[in-house]
Amino acid sequence: MSWDWDVVDAFLPRFWDGVLVTLQALALGSLIAFALGLVWALAQRSRLALVRWPVNAVTEFIRDTPLLVQLFFLYYVVPEWGPSMSALTTGIVGLGLHYSTYIAEVYRAGIDGVPAGQWEAATALSLPRRRTWRAVILPQAVRRVVPALGNYVIAMLKDSPMIAVVGALDMFGEARGFSDATFTTEAYTIVGVAFLAIAYPASLLVRALERRLAVTR
Amino acid sequence: MMTQGMFENYFLPGVWITIQVTLCGAVLAAAVAFAVGALRTSRLWVLRFLSGCYFELFRGMSSLVLMFWLVFSLPLIFRWQLVPMFAGVLALGLTYGAYGSEVVRGALAAVPAAQREAGVALGFTRLQRLRRIEIPQAWPEMVPPFNNLLIELLKGTALVSTITVADMTYAGNLVRLGSNESAPVYTLLLVLYFVLAFVLTRGMRVLERHAKSRVGQAPPRGGSLWSRLAPRERAGEGAGALTAGAAPGMASGTVGGGAA
Repeated sequence: MSWDWDVVDAFLPRFWDGVLVTLQALALGSLIAFALGLVWALAQRSRLALVRWPVNAVTEFIRDTPLLVQLFFLYYVVPEWGPSMSALTTGIVGLGLHYSTYIAEVYRAGIDGVPAGQWEAATALSLPRRRTWRAVILPQAVRRVVPALGNYVIAMLKDSPMIAVVGALDMFGEARGFSDATFTTEAYTIVGVAFLAIAYPASLLVRALERRLAVTR
Repeated sequence: MMTQGMFENYFLPGVWITIQVTLCGAVLAAAVAFAVGALRTSRLWVLRFLSGCYFELFRGMSSLVLMFWLVFSLPLIFRWQLVPMFAGVLALGLTYGAYGSEVVRGALAAVPAAQREAGVALGFTRLQRLRRIEIPQAWPEMVPPFNNLLIELLKGTALVSTITVADMTYAGNLVRLGSNESAPVYTLLLVLYFVLAFVLTRGMRVLERHAKSRVGQAPPRGGSLWSRLAPRERAGEGAGALTAGAAPGMASGTVGGGAA
């Protein structure tokens, strides 16, 4: 066996389709993770133990089990009870759900990082609870949280090829389909290089954000 | 229907393979983490640069893609074919070793500079300083993040099922194909992974307590895990003694170069 550039040429059109799907999964998965993560984080601070306890248990369970098996679960088990989802939808929901549990921790740390004096000041001004969150706590928590969110988006990018195992045609799924059909393997190298080409600039961007938003006290 | 036989014949061997892959991957990752992490604090810029490249390269890589690349695409460049199990362990070890190197680098950077200088003053070589001064003091800092990485590694081992290593995820997929019962299969799988993660966390917590108690002056009850592994460095001769300013090694002349 040796390297064949014709194979690379033949793969490229499918590769670009795959890149679009990967980026789509990443964008939608991140949105779900950001939103759901906030729900978990707020629920974990609830005054009702009946809310806190199950949410803690569920997020802990999701965080400690493999995304790959969760994807199989979503794809094969969930349709037995409810609607069946396409492979890509399953992948997006799986990525979003899995990473929401990590992101809940990020939000939690960000909220805990807001100095206690800010809460006391809000109480002293007798701001309502909702207004305290919106006008005092969350704006300050955000700058502590954004760089960590960026890191998790990069982590999600690296986990995104897993959605190919249930049949989604992201760049890895395209590579696998192409390689199996043509009995070639160059496509895996292309995809590997593509990951580095996306992940490295992204990590530089996150580091720049980190410096820019750094909280100095 | 899921039966008793299915658990014994498919899942149980799968659990064993998962444990093997996790342990081998963890050992490889730890070796890579310490080597790369220490090199990233080197004084020579070439070593710093190369180890930094390693870190960026494997941190940016998806371990699933890396596994497929090792199994299928690597033979295009070199002529040898990797066994899937080995490729899986290699991919996990290289990836999590890169994450671990950042932990090691950070913990080493947190050791007060005076400790390093003390080592230099005592005529320790770079390796001696790492082994006897810097790593023992950085160790308690490293254990909790290593614990997290170990759980991530355990979860990552599910990926080896895609390159035909018969771990528990592979067994689960086989049983689903055979029985067409997906709910019990994948629920059982998730629970098995959770239990393994739980056991691992508990084990690491013991290590964490030992690491913490080692920093204090008093030896832990029953002797530290470390002292049992390396009896030579028992109480009084390890890092604790150096921080206290008395180096027993000096008196007995075992510290290289000091007596000249």
